[in-house]
Amino acid sequence: MLSIVVFGLFLIYPLFSLFVSAFQDAATGNWSMQNFVHFFERKYYYQSMINSFTVTTSVTILAVIIGTALAYFMTLYRVRCKSIVEICIIISLLSPPFIGAYSWILIGGRSGILTRWLAEYGIDFPSIYGFAGILLVLTLKLYPFIYLYVAGAMKNIDSALIEAAESLGCSGIRKVVTIILPLITPTILAGALMVFMNAMADFGTPMLIGEGFNVMPVMIYSEFINEVGDQANFAAAMAAIMVLITSTIFMLQKYVVNRKSFTMSSLRPMQTGELHGGKNVIMHACIYLLVALSMIPQLVVIYTSFLKTNGSIFVDGYSLDSYIRIFNELGTAISNTYIFSTAAMAAIVFLGMTVAYLTTRRKSWLTDIIDTLTMFPYIIPGSVLGITLLLAFNEEPMLLSGTALIIIISLVIRRLPYTLRSSSAILYQLSPSLEEASISLGASPVKTFFKVTAVMMLPGVMSGAIISWITAINELSSSVILFTGATKTMSVAIYTEVIRASYGTAAALSTILTLTTITAMVIFFKVSGRRDVTL
Amino acid sequence: MSVAINVDNVVKKYGDLTIIPGLTEHIKNGEFFTLLGPSGCGKTTLLRMIAGFNSIEGGKIKFNEQVINDIPAHKRNIGMVFQSYAIFPHLTVRENVEYGLKLRKMPKDEMKQKVDKILDVVQITEYQDRLPERLSGGQQQRVALARAIVIHPSVLLMDEPLSNLDAKLRVEMRSAIREVQKQVGITTVYVTHDQEEALSISDRIAVMKKGVIQQTASPHTIYTRPYNVFVSTFIGHSNLFKGHIEAAAGEKLVVFADGYRMTMTTLSEEAADGQEVVISVRPEEFSICREGEGVRCKVVTKVFLGKYVNYSLEFPEEMLVPNQPSIEYSQDLGHAEKLLEVGDMVYLKPNAMKINIFVADGSRSLMEGVVENE
Repeated sequence: MLSIVVFGLFLIYPLFSLFVSAFQDAATGNWSMQNFVHFFERKYYYQSMINSFTVTTSVTILAVIIGTALAYFMTLYRVRCKSIVEICIIISLLSPPFIGAYSWILIGGRSGILTRWLAEYGIDFPSIYGFAGILLVLTLKLYPFIYLYVAGAMKNIDSALIEAAESLGCSGIRKVVTIILPLITPTILAGALMVFMNAMADFGTPMLIGEGFNVMPVMIYSEFINEVGDQANFAAAMAAIMVLITSTIFMLQKYVVNRKSFTMSSLRPMQTGELHGGKNVIMHACIYLLVALSMIPQLVVIYTSFLKTNGSIFVDGYSLDSYIRIFNELGTAISNTYIFSTAAMAAIVFLGMTVAYLTTRRKSWLTDIIDTLTMFPYIIPGSVLGITLLLAFNEEPMLLSGTALIIIISLVIRRLPYTLRSSSAILYQLSPSLEEASISLGASPVKTFFKVTAVMMLPGVMSGAIISWITAINELSSSVILFTGATKTMSVAIYTEVIRASYGTAAALSTILTLTTITAMVIFFKVSGRRDVTL
Repeated sequence: MSVAINVDNVVKKYGDLTIIPGLTEHIKNGEFFTLLGPSGCGKTTLLRMIAGFNSIEGGKIKFNEQVINDIPAHKRNIGMVFQSYAIFPHLTVRENVEYGLKLRKMPKDEMKQKVDKILDVVQITEYQDRLPERLSGGQQQRVALARAIVIHPSVLLMDEPLSNLDAKLRVEMRSAIREVQKQVGITTVYVTHDQEEALSISDRIAVMKKGVIQQTASPHTIYTRPYNVFVSTFIGHSNLFKGHIEAAAGEKLVVFADGYRMTMTTLSEEAADGQEVVISVRPEEFSICREGEGVRCKVVTKVFLGKYVNYSLEFPEEMLVPNQPSIEYSQDLGHAEKLLEVGDMVYLKPNAMKINIFVADGSRSLMEGVVENE
């Protein structure tokens, strides 16, 4: 019941008010299609939709190619320093999304390190801004999704399948195309959906590096904070269009995957082989180059955080000035980040476990509704969620805008589905007879849940919760809409510092964030005893 | 402590599907009662209704005179042993056994005493501090049994507890369970699909089919005087022949389709002259005899089993009830005068005292004193 209330109040009601305000004329408050007409009349607006679509599709295709190829070689061939490569890939996936954009600007921007260095030799570095920049940053950021998904699926392919193909006379590239690829296609599609949704919803990257290349999340944000008259309703209309697009893609993917899905469980995974000579060198070179490209943003940020700065310009010499400045000026942002994410994590763990329990063990029409509801956050981009919450809760009696609570709520809503899904997966593996045994011995169902079920779920749920915590501290797209001076978080602070061109402080903040992320990941690996991450 | 269980016209439905259409049974205080039947017959469903894990759509279940329909499972004071054992993997053996006692807020020293005793009874004292994953199947089974019994439940419910063990261990655990049950003297409902297990362990057996109890009786009665054709073929093997009754001069005879007739003294009043019947003969109820005495048949296969030799036989089709997997004769090697060979034509005489006669549709026995519920 509680979860129905939570989802109803903080998801359905806000979404409803979003759609209502999208169909309202700001001046008169009457029902009208004016906002939508406005959007499709002006090229300036509808171009952003086309842009979003082009860049998202390109990112998805590139990420699928890179991620799948990487997974293929990493699983089937011996790669030196494989575990380091994997950890780097995971770090780049979990790092704050916009750090990539920002540090590529530091490298290849107008006054970037590389640009200036090349300019001394009279070479013009191609512009990093716009479409190419977004494509570069988002691809490097998102291919790890595909990698993790596909590598997992590859491990589940029974080597007997491959041997069967070989015994039938199939080998080499045909084996890949006719056996391996079809086996991992559902997985690739699932990964591609994650990439698509993330790329579509990403706000920080295009905001920083996109410049003239407008995409929808940026457009929604700027129309929304641009508090001139009717803009809130117009932004709501754009948000509604975006939700429509993402849900269409979501349904489409579900439909395709449902038709193609099958389960695999491997008794004997495929053996890793070894490549020799030139092929081996090329493979290693490609993998290392890719990992280097993914790690450069992190390294650049850490490096520049120790540089002396003068306003927005880095000067010679090293110092801790940037760190001292952020602790003096932005201390609350740092503590806010940890407090909000930890509060959100606690709520997610509690809700995730109880709701998962109810939906898997006590099936009813009610739990079916919850099941469906929890899919919503997949299709609602962060900035849209931010707007919906603001629109819904900026009036008495439910005045939440500007409070810490609204940010925590947005974090919970965004991450809960993931925890729910993993909790349900854990529950399906726990035999119900364990609970029945406890009940038969006289423990009430509630007591049984806490003494038996929860205890056994906890390790799995906690490791998922750590990942949620990491994404929460790095969250930007909804917080940037919901924050006020007192509830600023680190990622919002980095964003505003970058906009102010205060690169030193931004770098110092990013470094703290990155190091926190890595620490949390180490804890995750310890807690879960695993070497991979599922998101 | 221990109670009698009254199952009174109980109904189980899943949506529109009726699993148990209305079942009545009385389980006596302290007895070992087994529900036996093919998979999907509703035996586990019934057990879980008694336990409180399945809802009851109609009728009543009573412990002694108390209706328990609306008492939640955790307040019914039942002990349950699961097919998968359901040992809590995060607790040691001792903690598993203590679990139910802790919930009952038993004082520490009394609890220790009880746990020690039960660990000793099921012979797992030496493993008490181990985590369950380091125990063998048989040891886990003992933990499950100890955990269920230690709380002194009103009834002990067991759902195919031995099906995950290997054959030898199964026999060993079977007698262990039986022994412990007698020692504690607790009403026990046991579910199994293994007829040998049921015959060896139970005080009484209820044979179920499609949610309906076919017969309730002691193992001996179930085997020797089955109530209907289903029971006679489900428990052990029975060869089914077509025949009819002849009644003359205070004597009743049963006549096989080939004309062979034998005098019966065990038939009930109901058996009337000219009535079509099914004659059920177990493989060990034949004996070889002289030509002209008994039914004539041909030996088709021969399997040597040590104590017995098993032959499968060929009869003219019109003599048999259709759709039987095989017609068999078991020859006891201890009393065998001579062995038969494949291809031999022989005369076999059924033992008139032992064979069973059923009405033509197989639904009832025509033997004296055979009742559905004993």
